[in-house]
Amino acid sequence: MSQQTTATRLTGLREARGWQARIDLPQITVFAAAASMIFIVALLLIFIAWQGIQLFVKDGVPVGQILSATWQPDAQNGPTNFGLLPFIAGTVFVTAGALIISTPLSVGLALFLSEVAPKWARAIVQPALEIFVGIPSVVWGWLGITILVPFLAHTFHGQGAISLPVIGQVASVPGFLTGFSWLAGSLVLSIMILPTITSVSYDAFRAVPQEIRTGSLALGTTRWQTIRHILVPSALSGVLTGVVLGMTRAAGEALAVQMVIGNSPTLPASLTQPVTTLTSQITLDMGNTVFGEPWQDALWTMSLVLLIISISSVVLVRVINKRRMAS
Amino acid sequence: MTANAGPTVGRPNGPHPSLRRKTSRGTILADRAATVVLWGTGVFVLALLGSILVHFALAAWGVVSPSFVLTDPSDSALGGIMPVLWNSIYMLVLTMLIAVPVGLLGGIYMSEYAGENALTNAIRFAEEAISSVPSIVVGLFGLIIFVDDLHMGFTALGGALALTLFNLPLMTRLSEQALRAVPQDERSASLALGATKWQTIRHVVVPLAIPGLVTGVILTAGRVFGEAAVLLFTSGIGTPPHYNFGNFDLLSQASPWSPFRPATTLSVYIYKLQSEGLGAYVHQIVDGSAAILISMVLIFNLGARFIGRLLTRRLTAA
Repeated sequence: MSQQTTATRLTGLREARGWQARIDLPQITVFAAAASMIFIVALLLIFIAWQGIQLFVKDGVPVGQILSATWQPDAQNGPTNFGLLPFIAGTVFVTAGALIISTPLSVGLALFLSEVAPKWARAIVQPALEIFVGIPSVVWGWLGITILVPFLAHTFHGQGAISLPVIGQVASVPGFLTGFSWLAGSLVLSIMILPTITSVSYDAFRAVPQEIRTGSLALGTTRWQTIRHILVPSALSGVLTGVVLGMTRAAGEALAVQMVIGNSPTLPASLTQPVTTLTSQITLDMGNTVFGEPWQDALWTMSLVLLIISISSVVLVRVINKRRMAS
Repeated sequence: MTANAGPTVGRPNGPHPSLRRKTSRGTILADRAATVVLWGTGVFVLALLGSILVHFALAAWGVVSPSFVLTDPSDSALGGIMPVLWNSIYMLVLTMLIAVPVGLLGGIYMSEYAGENALTNAIRFAEEAISSVPSIVVGLFGLIIFVDDLHMGFTALGGALALTLFNLPLMTRLSEQALRAVPQDERSASLALGATKWQTIRHVVVPLAIPGLVTGVILTAGRVFGEAAVLLFTSGIGTPPHYNFGNFDLLSQASPWSPFRPATTLSVYIYKLQSEGLGAYVHQIVDGSAAILISMVLIFNLGARFIGRLLTRRLTAA
């Protein structure tokens, strides 16, 4: 029965030789589906770049102005000044904070999963990580608002000791007034990027051949010596890739950060104070501005900055991986 | 001569000097400490997840009920989230209807046709680039293209299209992985029987990859279901009206079946409620909604595992 159908199909195939032989329709279709992504990236770049330069082209804002620190977008409150530095600095610092918290934890977790954990422990932790990835960012933000922010506000209220001067005056600033702060943003992000860094680092550790481990252990090293002197150096570029991917995710995360960060358009001065990021400001202001006015054009410029950050990080990952292939 | 040659690395007559003495106490202690710390990270992550789940289970207690899921929002009482939950499911189906076929076809190209050339490299770069673009920027892109340039306004269709292009790389990559996992022998056997390449793909490779493909679809669905930033400026953020499910006029703004109406989803609704912060019941409603979102994430994850395993057993046993 099945032979017959195959035979019929093959006959049909022979008859169809003609235009089908020359134009491979299936191949064209699947190619179009895959290549659509190139098209999407091109459109994305063109449209965001076009909107992003309107601030300079149409509104005549000098390019240098976006590097100033004053954000005064509302023409009704006097002369405007579109300084994007607070947002760029906020994104950089909040992301850096998240990486500093998350990287040791994630790499430790990856090492635990790949080197230490017995099978049963891995069978519990890995699905747990997948659930972490799945939890939507609004839920993380909500947890931030309802648990983390009140915790920070109550526990450390008014304690100036933990202030960390970064830019400008080296002065002690008050502790958490409200809990909405740089630290809250970094903490929420650090949990959100933990699965990303962990899974990429885990793959990198797994990719180190087993012989190298056994070889090292046979020389009498302890497991920790093997991890420190053999595994971590060999998997370093993979771990670095994970960190860059985590960084990209942290810099681009919008809602969860916006919900806990306080959204104050000033340069980040202390871990305990409200700051703002590119994504938060876009989220907040996009709905309240009119299409074509300079204020909204400045938001498009911010999204162009975000796009440049994310595309460069893709290039960075490629460079890291190419170096790994070469060495 | 050998006596004063000193310790040279690589000589066959003994281990490296740093290893010659017995493993010191400190080294062993460091190893023990490292083991404890590494176990600690595992326990920490599990405890964190556990406490989040328990927190939402407790917070949802007394909020989530059949009436919470099945009634409209209310200004004066707790009310429900039925319209936004409906929109989430509606958007999910609409998005998957577009994303799954395109992603599968793209995956077929990447797994079966793509050679090692500049074009493939460009597609991979595009794949990585879209995955790394912040979701809010994808939402803004949808805002220019669908809402402004195509004059669609805030629509479910615009939101679904934006979600599609955001999740296309993931769907394509997961399909590619599922297809690549099919053993090469199956393809060779089919080709040797005289089947064309496309026949082989359609009748041999894709059916064998179904467990992996289904897992990929469910994992993508989980991500689509919770996404909010892409939808803020494409499918709209507002309090949905009362839906009349008897209205099947697909062009009507009021019909819950129409893709041409604004559609606030559950995640967007959470964002909206917390940002407005008005109303006596906001806290409970958001807790309940978040609990439902997390339950869906659990269902999608466990479902992907369970169905994937079930299909593998079915298909390999047959």
